[in-house]
Amino acid sequence: MPTKSDIIQRLEREILPLQGFKPPKSGDVTDFGLGPMHAAFPNGHFPTGAVHELVSTTAEGEAASAGFMGGLVGALMRSGGAVLWVGAGGVSSGGGISMGGRRRVFPMALTNFGMEPDRVVFVELARQKDMLWVMEEALKCEGLAAVVGEIPEIGFTASRRLQLAVEKSRVTGFLLRHQSRSLGVNACVARWRVSPLASEPEAGLPGVGFPRWNVELLKIRNGRPGVWALEWAGGRFRAVEESVGAGVPMVGEVPMTAALSEEKRKAG
Amino acid sequence: MSSRFVTIWFPLLTTDWFALRRPELRGIPFVLAVKDHGRMVISAADRLALGQGIPPGMPVADARALLPELQVVDDKPGLAAKLLKALAVWCIRFTPIAGVDPPQGLVLDVSGCTHLWGGEETYLKEIVTRLQTAGYTVRAAMADTIGAAWAATRYGVSEVTITGSADQTAALLRLPPEALRLEPEVVDRLHRLGLRTIGSFAGMQRSALRRRFGPGLLQQLDRALGLEAETIEPVQPRTQYQERLPCLEPIMTATGIEIALQRLLEMLCNRLQKEEKGLRSAIFSCYRVDGKQQQLTIGTNRATHNTTHLVKLFEPSIATIEPDLGIELFILEAPTIEDAPAVQETLFSGSTGLDNSHIAELLDKITGRFGSGSIHRWLPDERHWPERSIKPATSLQEKPTTPWRTDRPRPIHLLPRPELIEVTAPIPDYPPMLFRYKGQLHKIAKADGPERIEREWWVDQGPHRDYYTVEDEAGQRYWLFRSGHYDDKQTPQWFIHGFFA
Repeated sequence: MPTKSDIIQRLEREILPLQGFKPPKSGDVTDFGLGPMHAAFPNGHFPTGAVHELVSTTAEGEAASAGFMGGLVGALMRSGGAVLWVGAGGVSSGGGISMGGRRRVFPMALTNFGMEPDRVVFVELARQKDMLWVMEEALKCEGLAAVVGEIPEIGFTASRRLQLAVEKSRVTGFLLRHQSRSLGVNACVARWRVSPLASEPEAGLPGVGFPRWNVELLKIRNGRPGVWALEWAGGRFRAVEESVGAGVPMVGEVPMTAALSEEKRKAG
Repeated sequence: MSSRFVTIWFPLLTTDWFALRRPELRGIPFVLAVKDHGRMVISAADRLALGQGIPPGMPVADARALLPELQVVDDKPGLAAKLLKALAVWCIRFTPIAGVDPPQGLVLDVSGCTHLWGGEETYLKEIVTRLQTAGYTVRAAMADTIGAAWAATRYGVSEVTITGSADQTAALLRLPPEALRLEPEVVDRLHRLGLRTIGSFAGMQRSALRRRFGPGLLQQLDRALGLEAETIEPVQPRTQYQERLPCLEPIMTATGIEIALQRLLEMLCNRLQKEEKGLRSAIFSCYRVDGKQQQLTIGTNRATHNTTHLVKLFEPSIATIEPDLGIELFILEAPTIEDAPAVQETLFSGSTGLDNSHIAELLDKITGRFGSGSIHRWLPDERHWPERSIKPATSLQEKPTTPWRTDRPRPIHLLPRPELIEVTAPIPDYPPMLFRYKGQLHKIAKADGPERIEREWWVDQGPHRDYYTVEDEAGQRYWLFRSGHYDDKQTPQWFIHGFFA
């Protein structure tokens, strides 16, 4: 006789595909090399064919988010795919990099994260509405490996549209939300916050070590939020051992039911 | 199938035009005059003046003596040529190949066009009626060769002549020799010899004709009889890939235009697909009833013959077409064509690179909506100066010529312009101990560098840069540089240029 927990596990497995998490086909698995983080994801795999948002408030955090995301996109690009990068644009100056006044991703550095910059198409637009339109059209396009959008504000409806697009096309989307006025609720599968950590130079060597980040998975649909310390070394992610608490729910991310009962207790 | 040609003759082309422009000239005899050796000479006369025996070439003074009430109008130089060109362009609605035949004629290659109007009679009648309604005196003829049609237009019995293939030679032989478009001297000589019809000399020995009248006569005779081919130069060069859709009723609605576009694209794409070609640009022209023309143009990032995709590219701009009283003809042209080898449809497309057709279509959509200026792709350039180390790719297919460099640390976010920071740094070439950026103090814990990047002296002048990768106590990483050396005269400035991940 199956025990109660077996039944629940089976039901959970059945519910996942209904919510848009198809278990990856064997041989089709992209190895992100996220190590211990995989336990937090539904089905035990990093959710591809979904929209992830990365929130940041400082310029340094934005750069760290871009780096972490670069590692993920680099893994997705390994099969030769192309990426569309939608960003806030401005007037482009004559010879060099498009100068929009804001800091801009530097294609030269993307190679460090396993991305091939010449397979990244940058679309620069002035209005947020246009950027969302391009993002949605791009997510519908099955030929792309990933779509990146530097879009700070996104409402529930817009995010739901993106989610519906990716569920059909299985393209992975990343939203870089820098200094968003209101994070709010949306239909993205995961919300990340990446902040830089002090690097550890290799034994006996001076200078700056490999990029190291504190990666917080704030929200994940059907998964377990957590916080990890990761390092980008030698072209792959490496979990840092002395991390603060891998996979444990962090402070401020109390499960919903617990929060409710707490409120009830206070009220009662 | 033999070719069919229509020639149209406007015997009173310029005077008709003046009568149209100036209604007060209608119904009275008038002539157009030009200055010639200090006197006014008639260059064209209207029907009434011709009836009074005033031919072109007569001095105005003589004509005035004959007919005192004659009106004289200054002729416009180059008017006839301009009018003919415009009329030829107008005739494109009947056939794609329309050429001018100066001074007063048009030549149309109508092979395979007449059935669209339900036969040769209705076709030619339609042309003539519409030109006559517009106010021109017109004579037209249709025949298998340009020469025969030309002869029938100028020397035929009726205003509109259609000569069938069988009786063309017989009809031609009855006409006078000037119907062969010959030099005036040759015609004169033929008449003096009593050869008053083409038939009277067409059967003579060719060598004798050549000796007496030159090779021109034989050539024109051969052309008229269809023994030698003759081509016309169309007023508008015909694009090889062109589809036409004439409409019975003028189209006035957006839905109608969409249907027309869809059908034209299907025809064109079917053809392109068979020939393994794809279009890079397309022009959709609408010819309105009132003679105006409206155009839509699109371009694609790679050669395509995908109808659905092309319709989508045209769709946003369909609303800009003003049908006004209606559109009677749609033409779709593809001026730029490239090879697009047929790809085998794969069920599980493995290729997701830039050569994927879905991506090209997506980029076309973005270009169509926001312009091509919004799309960039970067390739490495063989330059060290960070701002110039990448260059924009010119096409989607362009591959990097040098590999991307990974041996030097480069920040993931680069500031568009280096920003000035305040530093405390030991001299001469140590990284700073602390720096202040946007009011925030950063104490530096670890640093790498310097990496000296020299300015490209052939581009601009100025100090070199010494770059340092630094990490502050909070673990945040920056790319700083010192502009120039420390020396006796000045202390160099420090800048922040980027953020590392």
